[in-house]
Amino acid sequence: MEHIFYTLHDFMLHTKSIVYILMGVILVCLPLFWLFLTGRDEKNNTY
Amino acid sequence: MSSDAATTKKVITPFNIVAGIIVAIGIVITILRFTEGLGAVTNLDDNNPWGIWIGFDLLCGVALAAGGYVTSAACYIFGLKRYHSAVRPAILTAFLGYALVVFALHYDVGRPWRLPYPIFYSPGTTSLLYEVGLCVFLYLSVLFIEYSPVALEWLGLKRTRNIIVRMTLVLTIFGVILSTLHQSSLGALFMIAPSKLHPLWYSTYLPVYFFVSSIFAGLSMVIFEGSLAHRFFHHKMDEMHLKESRGVVLGFGKAASFIMMGYVGIKLIGIALDNNWHYLATGWGAWFMVELIGFVALPAFLFAIASREKNTTLMKWGAAWAVLGVVLNRLNISVIAFNWHLPSAERYFPSWMEIFTSVFIVTIGVLVYRFISSHMPVFYEHPDYQHDH
Amino acid sequence: MGITRRKFLGWMGAATGAATFADRRGHAASGKHFKGYPGSFGVLHDITKCIGCRKCEEACNQVNALPGPEKRFDDLSVLNDTRRTGKSEFTVVNRFYSGSDRQKKWFVKMQCNHCLEPACASACFVKALQKNKSGAVVYDASLCVGCRYCMVACPFNIPAYEYDEPLTPRVMKCTMCHPLVEKGQLPGCVEACPKEALIFGPREKLLKIAERRIQKYPNRYIDHIYGEREMGGTSWLYISPVSYNKLGMREDLGITSAQQLTAGPLSAVPIIVGLWPLLLTGIYAISRHKEKIAEEERVSAVARTASAADEELKKKLSELKQKMTKEKEDAVSREVKKALEEARKEAEEKDDGPDDESGDASPGEKPEQE
Repeated sequence: MEHIFYTLHDFMLHTKSIVYILMGVILVCLPLFWLFLTGRDEKNNTY
Repeated sequence: MSSDAATTKKVITPFNIVAGIIVAIGIVITILRFTEGLGAVTNLDDNNPWGIWIGFDLLCGVALAAGGYVTSAACYIFGLKRYHSAVRPAILTAFLGYALVVFALHYDVGRPWRLPYPIFYSPGTTSLLYEVGLCVFLYLSVLFIEYSPVALEWLGLKRTRNIIVRMTLVLTIFGVILSTLHQSSLGALFMIAPSKLHPLWYSTYLPVYFFVSSIFAGLSMVIFEGSLAHRFFHHKMDEMHLKESRGVVLGFGKAASFIMMGYVGIKLIGIALDNNWHYLATGWGAWFMVELIGFVALPAFLFAIASREKNTTLMKWGAAWAVLGVVLNRLNISVIAFNWHLPSAERYFPSWMEIFTSVFIVTIGVLVYRFISSHMPVFYEHPDYQHDH
Repeated sequence: MGITRRKFLGWMGAATGAATFADRRGHAASGKHFKGYPGSFGVLHDITKCIGCRKCEEACNQVNALPGPEKRFDDLSVLNDTRRTGKSEFTVVNRFYSGSDRQKKWFVKMQCNHCLEPACASACFVKALQKNKSGAVVYDASLCVGCRYCMVACPFNIPAYEYDEPLTPRVMKCTMCHPLVEKGQLPGCVEACPKEALIFGPREKLLKIAERRIQKYPNRYIDHIYGEREMGGTSWLYISPVSYNKLGMREDLGITSAQQLTAGPLSAVPIIVGLWPLLLTGIYAISRHKEKIAEEERVSAVARTASAADEELKKKLSELKQKMTKEKEDAVSREVKKALEEARKEAEEKDDGPDDESGDASPGEKPEQE
């Protein structure tokens, strides 16, 4: 990134914003991947 | 709330009268709060911006509602199916608990209609309070969805109910993640003010302490509320529920005992790491020991004895004691050991209206809980869905 | 037992969590050091020069159009009490005595210190408080929700709140007269001070002025510029004749900014989100797997028991069969013997009667007569 951060506050505002978005992506993608991973397993009884 | 389908109930009971008075006065205080401002109703000031609406309603409310994620994790993630009958009451308590926390927040913040701002308009991502707000908002949604089968079964909406029940595992996992995050972040909130919180309570491990104590707070609340429910809702409980309840009490109490002892250990480690032993010899130190030994170690021992003797009555006393301990801990950190430096004339004590508002909010919770438990399948399995487990 | 393993995994997760929570380094692991906005402004307060006239308070009140005070600004009896900032007082001057017999008196002006890494800005979850590149920490009332976490966070106890406003309460604090500074003017208090106890300028320059003053008059000042490093450094700097403790200024705040104090827990949050799904799904999967294996073992155990019982039965049956067959055979041979015996006896009796010579005629055989 070209932009210089002069304060820790600005740095964290920037990085944390990206991190929160990443967290959302992870929470959506991981279950989808789990479904893919266990797609051919034999079915279990679910609640 | 008034008439039951099967039996005609009296509306004028002592409980209803008291509850009615509390609600009426609560409404008056609400009007005062929004016409005269916080200053007219609370003892908050510039040195003490947070009082018991944060210390009790928010912090204790969230800690004591932890039974939801703990019970559903035990049943669905760890596979301990013998606790299944405890899940719905725990989820109901948690859902109502968090809903009331958000409700209480509307009294405390200056402009409650702006509560969506941090999530939807201007996220201050540098703040732990942002994280708390986001997680509480998401978790309340998860809890609502987890609770909804209860209402859907009551309403007869089978297809929707079945769709949601199939999502149980995902919701449970998501709930544990969100709970870990916000339980710990509530503790982390206070890390910003080392100069204001007494060193025996201030620690780098505040988030860990809050998270671990939320676990045994939840376990204890399930036992405590279970004992109250057995007294007042026994007639609503089906055979499975009654059969499993002894196992729930003994199992949860045993787990709580162990976790509480571990918690005592990591608290001592926290003191050691900051070399704060000398504070134990002060007045504050004595108070700290009252909290840690008197309200964590001792109830943990009681739980242990109860577990060894398989005595559910002792368990229930232990649970009430442990719950008080968690409440004491949250109050210590937010209002008692907070601002410990200030001269006593500048210290905070809640106004009667602040206290009453908290009582009012809890009363509303009890009334809603009573309505839902009496009419919806919380303590029993709805006849249409009994094969589903 | 399976529970041990599940719990072990659970504790592993908790240990990881605890370790990450305990890590205070967060961002600093990469060795980042932030120097603040270059050329940002500050104010140097020389406490030895303050005479407690309160003209700065008056100017602040006017510039910010704050409501009039209960006691007039030239009423110096207010100095009898130690005051803090309030919703209508962005700045206050306090009087302190020093010396064994309280001979000497000093006056100190207190207001928002406009920290380089403001605790209030890091605490605000709607970005209502922001550090400006001019140095001022500015409040945006159009965003504020009124949570008051900034007031909890501020180590100097500066922000005040309009608790008597029911619907539009604001956080109130010094703005370093940001609008005036933007126009190239001085903050109100600095402009009004008759004794040059307040100097406005770039922070780096103010630090140098302060250092030179302390060097030049070592008997007049203690060798500590307050705000140089406190809480990560502030834009408002102080030099003093006595230790700051005696002037109501805390010396135990440390040099770690609030943002750094919370960077640890903040950095643990995304790790939880990344790892907990793996851990929890793993526990669930192992738990289901063990249930499945246990079920299979149970079924095969039942089957084994069933076939073992079957085997047992078959064996018993064949033994019984053999026994019965043998008994039958024994009975048959006994009968046959008996029958033969009887037939022989009959034949003997017949032979003894009619024919003595053919004594050796075997039974069943007719003797041939010639």
